[in-house]
Amino acid sequence: MEQVLFYCFSLVLIFAATMVVTVRNPVRAALFLVLAFFTSAAIWLFLEAEFLAITLVLVYVGAVMVLFLFVVMMLDINLTPLQEGFTKYLPLGILVAILITIEMVAVLGASHFGLDVVAAPLPHAEGYSNTKELGRLLYTVYVYPFEIASVILTVAIVAAITLTLRKQKRKTQNPAEQVKVRREDRVRLVKMEAVKKHDEVNTDEESS
Amino acid sequence: MIALSDYLILGALLFSLSVAGIFINRKNIIILLMCIELMLLAVNLNFIAFSHFSGDMAGQVFVFFILTVAAAEAAIGLAILVVLFRNLNTINVADLDELKG
Amino acid sequence: MMNQSILLVIVLAPLLGSIIAGLFAKQVGRVGAHRAAIAGVSIAFTVSLWVFKLVVVDGETYNQQVYQWLQAGSLSLEIGFLIDSLTAMMMVVVTFVSLMVHIYTIGYMHDDEGYARFFSYISLFTFSMLMLVMANNFMQLFFGWEAVGLVSYLLIGFWYKKPTAIYANLKAFLVNRVGDFGFLLGIAAVLMYAGSLDYVQVFAQAPSIAEQTMVVFSGTQWSVMSVICILLFIGAMGKSAQVPLHVWLPDSMEGPTPISALIHAATMVTAGIFMVARMSPLFEFSETALSVVLVIGAITALFMGFLGLIQNDIKRVIAYSTLSQLGYMTVALGASAYAAGIFHLMTHAFFKALLFLAAGAVIIALHHEQDIRKMGGLKNYLPITYWTSLVGSLALIGFPGMSGFFSKDSIIEAVHASTIAGSDFAYYAVLSGVFITALYSFRLFFLVFHGQERFEVSDGHVPHEPAAVITAPLILLAIPSVVAGLFVGNMVFGDFFDGAIFVLAEHDVLAHHAESYHGLIAFILHGLMAPPFWLAISGVATAYFLYIKRPDIPAKLQQRFLWIYQILDNKYGFDNFNDKVFAGGSRLIGRIFWRLGDQVLIDGAMVNGTAKTVGLVAKVARKIQSGYLYHYAFAMILGVWLLLTLFVA
Repeated sequence: MEQVLFYCFSLVLIFAATMVVTVRNPVRAALFLVLAFFTSAAIWLFLEAEFLAITLVLVYVGAVMVLFLFVVMMLDINLTPLQEGFTKYLPLGILVAILITIEMVAVLGASHFGLDVVAAPLPHAEGYSNTKELGRLLYTVYVYPFEIASVILTVAIVAAITLTLRKQKRKTQNPAEQVKVRREDRVRLVKMEAVKKHDEVNTDEESS
Repeated sequence: MIALSDYLILGALLFSLSVAGIFINRKNIIILLMCIELMLLAVNLNFIAFSHFSGDMAGQVFVFFILTVAAAEAAIGLAILVVLFRNLNTINVADLDELKG
Repeated sequence: MMNQSILLVIVLAPLLGSIIAGLFAKQVGRVGAHRAAIAGVSIAFTVSLWVFKLVVVDGETYNQQVYQWLQAGSLSLEIGFLIDSLTAMMMVVVTFVSLMVHIYTIGYMHDDEGYARFFSYISLFTFSMLMLVMANNFMQLFFGWEAVGLVSYLLIGFWYKKPTAIYANLKAFLVNRVGDFGFLLGIAAVLMYAGSLDYVQVFAQAPSIAEQTMVVFSGTQWSVMSVICILLFIGAMGKSAQVPLHVWLPDSMEGPTPISALIHAATMVTAGIFMVARMSPLFEFSETALSVVLVIGAITALFMGFLGLIQNDIKRVIAYSTLSQLGYMTVALGASAYAAGIFHLMTHAFFKALLFLAAGAVIIALHHEQDIRKMGGLKNYLPITYWTSLVGSLALIGFPGMSGFFSKDSIIEAVHASTIAGSDFAYYAVLSGVFITALYSFRLFFLVFHGQERFEVSDGHVPHEPAAVITAPLILLAIPSVVAGLFVGNMVFGDFFDGAIFVLAEHDVLAHHAESYHGLIAFILHGLMAPPFWLAISGVATAYFLYIKRPDIPAKLQQRFLWIYQILDNKYGFDNFNDKVFAGGSRLIGRIFWRLGDQVLIDGAMVNGTAKTVGLVAKVARKIQSGYLYHYAFAMILGVWLLLTLFVA
């Protein structure tokens, strides 16, 4: 039963991932990515990582993926040039993917990490709480990395806001500037004769 | 019973798919970002699988951090993307050759 | 008693004067500068006189190390003094002439901006020259040698804003470099074969060195002693301006006249003569070297005299005369009559300094006019200069009773008696040289002091005798020019130089000559009947006839024998040859190196080539740096895949 479910989820996951990379429309890709996250959250439940599974759904699907969708929809993207060369690079992509898969499977396959090599752990006791355990670890042993992570998040927020903030000219008053103003800055007195004689003009030009 | 190798191979497939995705969608930076998210997901899967099979919670703690950093990365990446689009009016990677010597 | 401190006083007093005049000129002022310099030289002169008395009367000698500079293996470089009759005589001559020139300079350089600098230089020169003559080893000799060369360079180019002066001092420096190179090689050979640089130790090994041979060019055996002596003599040729390294001396007249008197007539140029005389224990063992010396000297004595005949610059005439007289000294050395050579050096120092200073007085009186065609009839305006010049000229041509007579006659007689190869040629060369000497000396004398007044008198300003600081040295130099000859009995035929100069018995022409020496009067009387006297008289008569009686003839002769005139005017083409072959050749080589080595190899291949290579590599690398994100991503993934493959394999 468990295995069947696992394979189903795995298939869905692979399918979703494939769709993410092949689908042309970014909105669809984002939605398939959401699907992929959901399925992997389900798979993580098999691994008794309940807290992370929930977090993945809440944080990733709820926040990050929505952000993706927002951006995709916000930007008026012309999709045609972005899909150039899609088929051209498909064989290469597949080749690389296959090569990497073969090598990884060779290493990670059942011969090294199969059940007879790494036995499945016993299920946890009745009152076990994954969240509690994780929290205990986070706030004791990993408290400093945890603080750093929080700083990183803050920095990311600040950075993202600064980057996207449009600088607009605001019509505000600057009292300091206003106080500093002197008469000379605002008024210019020009001395002029009422009538200018003709020959004087000539001598002026010569002397200059 | 599901073996550790099953999870690992699933992770490997996911990883390969996202690598292939980077190759195929080389022009669309949004999809590239999504592929990176997929890769991280594959990594996270591995971490959790190992954590489960070795009975060590540290792996899950790392996944936690990876999620944090990945969220930050996605936020900044998308912010850059927005700025980029605002300035250049494109997100085509082929047009982003300002680094070219 | 002679001791180290006394000798150090002699050497260091002029140096101190030089430092005060040179470095503290602003503090001490012009008067302070010349006082310091003259005081230094006066002290040196006075103490030298005392040392001379100690050596000559009391028979003391001194040879000691004063300071060891460094010790390298068995080689010891030190400063030391060797004081014997030769040195003592040189010290007196150098300091005396230097003192005269110092005093004269007060008047001559009166209006010059570089007054203090000039005094500093000539005091420095005195120091260097004293170091040279008082040396007891080759190292110090070489130091003095180069130091006087340096001062000479500085002084020829004293008026450094004058392009000809700069050219002249460069030329002097370069030509001396050729000589000094030979000299240095000679010293190196001495060190190699004698293992020491100390005079006494080297001279003691002279007989054994003379027996050795060496291979200079493959396949030929050379006598070591000949090689050493000829190399040393090449140094002397440079310093004492012997053919073909004489070219710098006439041009050195670009310097102020006191310098021409002190350095380029009386003292520095005789350093070569002194050096060869000092090395007599070496030269005696190589007849080849002596012959070379003899022939070179004879050529210089005769052919440089010819050039004096056609020069119109008063200083250049005297300069060629100096060359010729240096040739005489060299001839004496070649004939092993070292004493006669040194004696002539001494008398020449007096009368040639006198002639130069007198020429300087004339030049000042005529407001820096040096062309003798624009002089004449100055006898009435410059009586003191006239009479002193007459004394100088008579001494130069060897008029009986004057100092030059004794020295020159001894040389001629010595060459006559000599039997080594080339002595016959040398004899006729020096003999005819007498006629030439008389001719150009009195040509100059008549053209300057007699005949028509050809100078330009501007607004009634007639030439007048210069100040006492100029005339006093003339008179003071005129005295030894007359009376120095009286020492001939001691210095040439006597035992004055015993212990200082070494002559092998079979070369000793002077000893042979001394047998027939019966006092001064007899020597003079004998001289009156000998050919040199009549040649000199006829030279004077010819000059009188050509330049006073019939001044139109020289021009006609010049027309008639134009080709000879042209050869002489080109100075036998030495300058042209040097300019074209050596200077031109150097420039050509320089240009080749510049083009090929510098521009092509260094600039082209190495400097720009490096940049170009970097550029080429960058050009290729730039292709890789497309700037496209996915290219970099591709490279990264490829890298990951490679690492993975490595890891799996």
